[in-house]
Amino acid sequence: MEFPILTVMMLVPLAGALACLFSGAGAARSIALASTLATFGLGILLWTNYEVGGAQWQFQESYDLFAGFSYTLGIDGIALMLIMLSVFLMPICILASWDAIQKRVGEYMAAFLFMEVLMIGTFAAQDLFLFYIFFEAGLIPMYLIIGVWGGDNRIYASYKFFLYTLLGSVLMLVAMFWMAAEAGTSYIPTLMEYPFPGGAQTWLWLAFFASFAVKVPMWPFHTWLPDAHVQAPTAGSVILAGVLLKLGGYGFIRFSLPMFPEASADFAWFVFVLSMVAVVYTSLVALVQADMKKLIAYSSVAHMAIVTVGLFAFNIQGLEGAMLIMLSHGLVSGALFLCVGVIYDRLHTREIERYGGLSINMPYYALFFLLFTMASIGLPGTSGFVGEFLSLAGIYQTSSLVALICTTGIILGAAYMLYLYRRVAFGDQKNEDAASMGDIRPREWAMMAPIAAVVLWMGVYPESFLAPMRADIAALDAQIAAAAPASDAELEAGPPRKETANAVTYDAEGHH
Amino acid sequence: MDFHASFALVAPELLLTAAGLVLLLVSAWGGDKLARPIAILAAAALFGAGIMLIPGLHFGVDGPDTFAFGTLLKVDSFALFAKALIFLAAIACLMVAPAFFNSEAAGSEKGLRAEYSVLVLFAVLGMSIMVSASDFLTLYMGLELNSLAAYVLAAILRQDQRSAEAGLKYFVLGALASGILLYGISLLYGFTGATDFRSVRAALEGDLSTGQLFGLIFVMSGLAFKIAAVPFHMWTPDVYEGAPTPVTAFFSTAPKVAAVALTARVVFEVFGGQVDAWQQIVMFAALASIVFGALGAIGQENLKRLLAYSSINNIGFILLGLAVADVAGASAMLVYLFIYVAMSLGSFVALLMLRDEDGNLYEKFADIRGLAVTQPGIAWCLLFLMFSLAGIPPLLGFYSKFVVFQATVEAGLVAFAAIAIAASVIGAFYYIKFVKVMFFDEPAGVVTGKSGNAHWVLLALTALIISPLGYLLTPSITDLADKAASALFVIP
Repeated sequence: MEFPILTVMMLVPLAGALACLFSGAGAARSIALASTLATFGLGILLWTNYEVGGAQWQFQESYDLFAGFSYTLGIDGIALMLIMLSVFLMPICILASWDAIQKRVGEYMAAFLFMEVLMIGTFAAQDLFLFYIFFEAGLIPMYLIIGVWGGDNRIYASYKFFLYTLLGSVLMLVAMFWMAAEAGTSYIPTLMEYPFPGGAQTWLWLAFFASFAVKVPMWPFHTWLPDAHVQAPTAGSVILAGVLLKLGGYGFIRFSLPMFPEASADFAWFVFVLSMVAVVYTSLVALVQADMKKLIAYSSVAHMAIVTVGLFAFNIQGLEGAMLIMLSHGLVSGALFLCVGVIYDRLHTREIERYGGLSINMPYYALFFLLFTMASIGLPGTSGFVGEFLSLAGIYQTSSLVALICTTGIILGAAYMLYLYRRVAFGDQKNEDAASMGDIRPREWAMMAPIAAVVLWMGVYPESFLAPMRADIAALDAQIAAAAPASDAELEAGPPRKETANAVTYDAEGHH
Repeated sequence: MDFHASFALVAPELLLTAAGLVLLLVSAWGGDKLARPIAILAAAALFGAGIMLIPGLHFGVDGPDTFAFGTLLKVDSFALFAKALIFLAAIACLMVAPAFFNSEAAGSEKGLRAEYSVLVLFAVLGMSIMVSASDFLTLYMGLELNSLAAYVLAAILRQDQRSAEAGLKYFVLGALASGILLYGISLLYGFTGATDFRSVRAALEGDLSTGQLFGLIFVMSGLAFKIAAVPFHMWTPDVYEGAPTPVTAFFSTAPKVAAVALTARVVFEVFGGQVDAWQQIVMFAALASIVFGALGAIGQENLKRLLAYSSINNIGFILLGLAVADVAGASAMLVYLFIYVAMSLGSFVALLMLRDEDGNLYEKFADIRGLAVTQPGIAWCLLFLMFSLAGIPPLLGFYSKFVVFQATVEAGLVAFAAIAIAASVIGAFYYIKFVKVMFFDEPAGVVTGKSGNAHWVLLALTALIISPLGYLLTPSITDLADKAASALFVIP
């Protein structure tokens, strides 16, 4: 295809961002919505033109613009799905901020649109340094979104977010320089096949891990996340949980696994241990939260831990499951933050105790909330089930112990999510003001309904989402299979029998 | 060596000398009422001298043809690159000066002085000689011409105590540094028998004697003082804070470029055969500058002091490129210098625009609270400048760190690069504090003053250069810097 669709997908929100910066509140909202919808339209075009089973890298573009690195774009199925997730969530974020944001609307919308440019760029970049630029640049708009439009403790949260992620990323940059110098190129597809020497892989893997583990976030590098989520405005949380956390998982699948397979195998148990702790510990922490956003933030850490377990399971089910959880979690946790946002806009508190019995006065809201709660738990028929099932099936082949412990995450997930739902939606209407809240408005319908539809679609027919990624995941699996860590699910071959299995032993004396 | 060729090589310096002398006479007889035309003519002279550099910059010049007056001066691509940066920075500093000196900010000495522009011209002439010096005597001559003009500039507000103090401090410590440098030069002369770079280098081949090593260390220390690298940085915050802001803007750009270029020339052309002897010194100074520059800035409330520490921090990254000791490192250093000049100039121009109706400058964090609401234009430009200084992509400040670290890693100094880059995160803390104060805090400041077009043009220009669009400049800048850096390694 001659049309440079990826560049255009970045230019549309960029133009929108510049326009928003110089327009008033009302105009900025419309411009932002129009440009995100246009980008989503381009995204659909991208997906429909993506040739499943075609070349590994499609829609490639390359322009010689810079010294030191090149502007090279191109996507495979994995990047395609994550780009779709980003452009799908973006109009919803704009709608979520429609009334909630009243001050400095133009700058707010500009920050979001700029964020969208960077997210598309991160997933589409085919040059190591171009990737880093997009990956790291997201700090600026997110820092502003949390700091300017956030809650009471926003300054602490914004500093923590910024410095934590920056410290994680800079070491990765040094590793990238080394890799580019060693391989003589910064073109990612070439680097994915470059055999880095074993000793160096360890260091490179650790440097990349420092960055991605903070982004994912993995226990114990997750502490910035609850702060950032709680203080960020609703749409900020949606984009943070929906897309920014996926950058970490994408980093593992695009860099750590294919480029350093041996080091990945060596560190697989390290990842497993951190993930197991995360699943159990953060789920328990989520159980006792009094703040709804904090609860969902901790649940994100637990869900992302199942992603990392799936990624490092070194088999196709694990990888496919990890990708599906990332997509599903992007939708579901985003939707849950929207659900919190809907009632926060009405009552301006996120304290669980202040609500109760919302299914009485807000039935449709309760319905959506229930659907997303179930999807988060992983009820069959919703998107959450497919991903978690595949991911856990994948890890079961590698280690039944890890599978056992990570599966408790599903039980614990059911515990904290149902407990949350019971306290918010069921029970008595404890407070007058909570009881008098109106049900969701058309704008909120427009936010929730598309996500609900996709959640069910992914739960019932995941093939649509798996098909574009299948070839890429199979290629990745073939590439890393040689390095796979020892698995405890393979049958151990004992000494061969001396006689056939159905042989009957006769007594020599002949009496019975 | 025929004088015709030599004079042709130093034509820009001749133009600056003539302009400086004529304007000095004009100011002596015409007085301060001619200050503005003199400033314009000085800027025009700098511009004219800059035009003369273009052919050499474009085609790249190196080798024996670049020597003027025997081996006293060497006008190669490297010198031309540094000169171009110096002239541009000086023009910008001349542009922003009148508005400051003609307002209440100048205190009881309101009104631009005629000699201000003349002093800037002479300082630039000194720097121009410095960067093309190829002999310790021309080096010292250029350095002192620059320094003496700079001491006077720092103290140009004679009634203002802070300005006078800054001038005196700068003079005393600067004289000390010059003494150290001269002592080093005399040692080198004593132990090698020459003052021109080529002969000294030739005499230093093989093992260094103790006297030669001492000479090297004294020369390096003197130069470290001039570029304000840790541990010779203590004068910087005081001088930057005390000097009038347009002068501070000048100090943080043009003389920095000159001193860094001079240092690079000395280490490569004189001590180029003795990399082991100076590499550790430069590496230490680089890391220490990055760390101390960042830590020192954290507690600052005064914006000029903060930018002073930021300049120390940046010198650390520039020295990182120098420590690599190859063409790639030197080229990275020059790219960094270019971007640093743009960022530093932009920041100081923005500070000059933070003023009340009478023109009094705001210099404290408390004064710029909520600037994003009251003056969104300045606030957004400052936001870009600060993120750029912190090295956050997609701003051009990231590219400057990118090239320097790339050169460092490619030369195999991975651990060194990792420590430096981790320390750069400390620096990010105070740059984002700038953003926090302007964007997150409730408006408290009363920045109401109107700024002239010159300020807006400069601010917009620097913001444009450091914006992502600046990346489109990178191929040409890298090309120029590569030519300049390779000229440094051509041993005639």
